[in-house]
Amino acid sequence: MTTTAALTPPARLPSTVELERRAFRRRQTGRSVLLGFASTLVFAVLVWMFVVNTPGWTQVQQTFFDPAVALKAWPRVFDGLLLNIRVLLFSAVGVLIVSLLIATLRTLRGPVFFPLRALATGYTDLFRGMPLIIVLYLVGFGLPGLDVFPKVPSAVWGTVALILTYSAYVAEVWRAGIEAVHPSQVLAARSLGLSHGKTMVKIVLPQALRKVTPALMNDFVAMQKDVGLISILGAVDAVRAAQIETAATFNFTPYVLAGLLFVLLALPMIRLTDWVTARMRRREQIGGVV
Amino acid sequence: MSGSPAAVPVLRLEGVYKSFQQTDVLRGIDLTVNEHEVVALIGASGSGKSTLLRVINLLERVDDGRVWLQGEDISDPRTKIDAVRARIGVVFQHYNLFPHLSVLDNVTLASRSVHGIPRRAAEKRALELLDAIGLADKARDYPDRLSGGQQQRAAIVRAIATDPELLLLDEVTSALDPELVGEVLDLVRQLKKTGTTIVMATHEMSFARDVADRVAFLDQGSVLELGTPAEVFGSPREERTREFLARIPR
Repeated sequence: MTTTAALTPPARLPSTVELERRAFRRRQTGRSVLLGFASTLVFAVLVWMFVVNTPGWTQVQQTFFDPAVALKAWPRVFDGLLLNIRVLLFSAVGVLIVSLLIATLRTLRGPVFFPLRALATGYTDLFRGMPLIIVLYLVGFGLPGLDVFPKVPSAVWGTVALILTYSAYVAEVWRAGIEAVHPSQVLAARSLGLSHGKTMVKIVLPQALRKVTPALMNDFVAMQKDVGLISILGAVDAVRAAQIETAATFNFTPYVLAGLLFVLLALPMIRLTDWVTARMRRREQIGGVV
Repeated sequence: MSGSPAAVPVLRLEGVYKSFQQTDVLRGIDLTVNEHEVVALIGASGSGKSTLLRVINLLERVDDGRVWLQGEDISDPRTKIDAVRARIGVVFQHYNLFPHLSVLDNVTLASRSVHGIPRRAAEKRALELLDAIGLADKARDYPDRLSGGQQQRAAIVRAIATDPELLLLDEVTSALDPELVGEVLDLVRQLKKTGTTIVMATHEMSFARDVADRVAFLDQGSVLELGTPAEVFGSPREERTREFLARIPR
């Protein structure tokens, strides 16, 4: 490349044709930006006009969007959200470990491993089919009822239920990723003398991870809001706190507040997912305008 | 553009520049391709052959210079890009057949969805073309069931099924086993006989010498030498052309 650099004239001025083309493209871009802005504005105004002019709007506004109520509910709902975040972090780590384990079990070959394989398959079948709420009830009220576990807060049981359910989904995502790695990669690794385990850890899983990152992050975003369901076990999270506030005032604004907080919680992850996906697409595709 | 309509070349490039990040891939390409002419692009890897073909098909936007197809400036941003591409056939190094479609559907896809030809007529024409190259019995098969040579011939048929004004071949034999190269090259020879206008990037020097009307030697993004195969291969004027040809087993 040094030779080409030396041969290149310091700066080649674009031709008049090219300058005209660039000017045209700039005008086009300017026009489409303007058009996009205008259409967004018109759309927003239309929606707003419609909502505000519905017969029940004043009623709904008072019941769902009362700033005073929101302000009063804020401390309690926010405390609840902190619990949600804690449960989320523990669940995420737990899901990562359990799901990887299940996925690896499902890929084991050989008749010796049949029971493990069957167990893993049964697990994913069961927990992908079972509604999360029912898992929450079974784990949250059933397991403590056995009187063999130490007394722990219901949020802990909620975390366990979330890990059980989400691990089943995420294990399938991992498995899809593992199976999407081309067989020639395993062949090449085994030809070097790597064991099945080392092939998985050093060759297959890193490539699988790249393929499934967007799907994993999507599942994380989904889990972020399902964390709110632990409220049905009595844990005072953001949703439960909102419920308590609502019961006191007969105003639903605390729910809206909690909902907005969940959206804010999810936003960074959603943006990050978009960014990672876009970056991977750029890296895997050569240039071109198609 | 001057001259009578008959003299309008199928393709004309003038001062085409293209760079990716810091790398200048094309540095002032001038090239004219007339009707029924076969032009071979030769040169080392990275000399810009593939990029040039992509520029012609508007898969890459030029940084400067102009490209005319039948006298129409297709490098103009007002150009309807899809309409231009519908007039140009492309065959890729790795065939790029659609694995979820049968060979017949691969061949008829553009006729049906871009040119609006009814399925029955499109399939009749496709079967004629496939029959001519001995692939009629594979029409209902899926591409992965075919050998590399068969896939590439199917890909060529896909590209010519819409009677394009210009056919671009991007190293169409580079991914093939040596014993399969012949059948693909024979098909290209047949296309030349029927008068198809072709621009092809190739590493097959004997083939370029045999089939091409003119050969362009690309070096560091510019056409260093352009002439008949006899001129370029027989008595190259440029030192770099001689070096390149000496390195290539013939």
